[in-house]
Amino acid sequence: MQKTWNNKAWFMVLPVLVLVAFSAVIPLMTVVNYSVQDTFGNNEFFWAGTEWFTEVLESARFWDALQRNLFFSGVILAIEIPLGIFIALNMPKKGLGVPFCLVFMALPLLIPWNVVGTIWQLLSRADIGLVGYSLARLGIPFNYASDPLHAWITVVVMDVWHWTSLVVLLAYAGLVSIPDSYYQATKIDGASRWAVFRYIQLPKLKRVLLIAVLLRFMDSFMIYTEPFVVTGGGPGSATTFLSIDLVKIAVGQFDLGPAAAMSIIYFLIVLLLSWVFYTVMTSSDAAN
Amino acid sequence: MKTHATAISTAQTDAAQTLRTGTTQAAERRPGTLPLPARRTKAGVAWLVPTLYIVFLMLPIYWLVNMSFKTNTEIMSGVSLFPQTPTLRNYMVIFSDPSWYKGYINSIIYVVLNTIIAVSVALPAAYAFSRYRFLGDKHLFFWLLTNRMAPPAVFALPFFQLYSAFGLIDTHIAVALAHCLFNVPLAVWILEGFMSGVPKEIDETAYIDGYSFPRFFVKIYIPLIASGIGVAAFFCFMFSWVELLIARTLTTTDAKPIAAIMTRTVSASGMDWGVLAAAGVLTIIPGALVIYFVRNYIAKGFALGRV
Repeated sequence: MQKTWNNKAWFMVLPVLVLVAFSAVIPLMTVVNYSVQDTFGNNEFFWAGTEWFTEVLESARFWDALQRNLFFSGVILAIEIPLGIFIALNMPKKGLGVPFCLVFMALPLLIPWNVVGTIWQLLSRADIGLVGYSLARLGIPFNYASDPLHAWITVVVMDVWHWTSLVVLLAYAGLVSIPDSYYQATKIDGASRWAVFRYIQLPKLKRVLLIAVLLRFMDSFMIYTEPFVVTGGGPGSATTFLSIDLVKIAVGQFDLGPAAAMSIIYFLIVLLLSWVFYTVMTSSDAAN
Repeated sequence: MKTHATAISTAQTDAAQTLRTGTTQAAERRPGTLPLPARRTKAGVAWLVPTLYIVFLMLPIYWLVNMSFKTNTEIMSGVSLFPQTPTLRNYMVIFSDPSWYKGYINSIIYVVLNTIIAVSVALPAAYAFSRYRFLGDKHLFFWLLTNRMAPPAVFALPFFQLYSAFGLIDTHIAVALAHCLFNVPLAVWILEGFMSGVPKEIDETAYIDGYSFPRFFVKIYIPLIASGIGVAAFFCFMFSWVELLIARTLTTTDAKPIAAIMTRTVSASGMDWGVLAAAGVLTIIPGALVIYFVRNYIAKGFALGRV
């Protein structure tokens, strides 16, 4: 659409600007403020320079949490994106099945995150949970509270349960927007199912998949509530992701300086990686 | 050879389909048009995947519902697929104690407030982004989206201090404003997508007809993008309803969300699993109702109006 140049449009953006400035810029400035200062109580602050940043970047704890979190996001993307596309491809395109599928699939997305944690806790416990109990009966002592591998499996399956529907719904929305004439053309050419997917459906899905990958990456990289409820970051620190660690430092230990420095590094990593995903996915588009 | 085989198999499935669905479909299909590839897959297999997936999704929820109707002694005495002695006691605990059911009302108040604020400030902004070019528009749009990338854990502590300074701690409006952090950018993004789909000629015709801008916006434009507003409101509702870290940080008693009150069931006398499950079931219901009402817009909404 041809847009007209009009600087008065700023007035229409102003409410958003004021609101977001209040709820994002001021808190962020507080964080920056803390990250370069030290305090010994009494509300007296001293300039500390980059001390906290060096401390965070040199701590093994931070790098471990970052590594765990990157691995987690990688696993999540590797499972949820292909699975989501696969399910969307097999969903009915019309008829009564459509609203039925959509309503049930969207349901996990609207459950408060700590309830998601609670649900999976109730399901995986060996004494009262359906899955934990069944596995125990089959001779597999499943205990997410003491075995790091079991904790990871629980957290990953929980996230797949919680968020795959987002990918399904995005991919489905992309698929139903492909005109019938495209399929008719492939029919005339005698294209195989795989060719239809590779050359018609996948390119058309690119835009929604970009949104799906970005949203799933951002949210899995910021995950806090669900693993916190189920494992509390344990056993040991096996499922302590960046957000869990950050809240521990900020609220648990009240180390404002390191917490603020870590917040800024964390935020910058999310921004950087989102930018990388965006650039990679859109530049391959331009190359075609 | 391969094409030939495909043609034969297509003809076979076609014949089978006509047999199954009767004559209407065959009559409807004009000669020369071909069926969609979705119909080419065997009907049974195509249904299997979504069915299995929905079973996987519903199993944990079923377990929660099952537990919510059990007594604690039954829960602890072993695993059973159905409540042996069904009880409503867990729900009675919640509905008879104001400190429980008020959590519900609190959640709904701040979620609705947040949805109203986010959508109403996003509307003019999205209009500006979809219709005009102005100084720094692209940077501003990108900056708005970066707020969606801010980890809530980063903001928990500064939010607490900010809202303390304004004396807003433990009020609904504090949570509603704080959730604007991620909901306003999202609402602007979704609405901008929908608005770009409305041709600009409509605006121009309205001005020529003598409509003032506010009157045009309310009388003509908003009805045109009603489904977009519905979708944006749905997303705001969803993300505000499920968020807990910030909501819990900003509230103590008077505005505490139900999801945070649930943690009370952990007490010295042991877990009250039944009440925990019942509270969990009750937090799912509002979401389920909202999905049911917007079910026809969900697919379109997830495409964010512009695939």
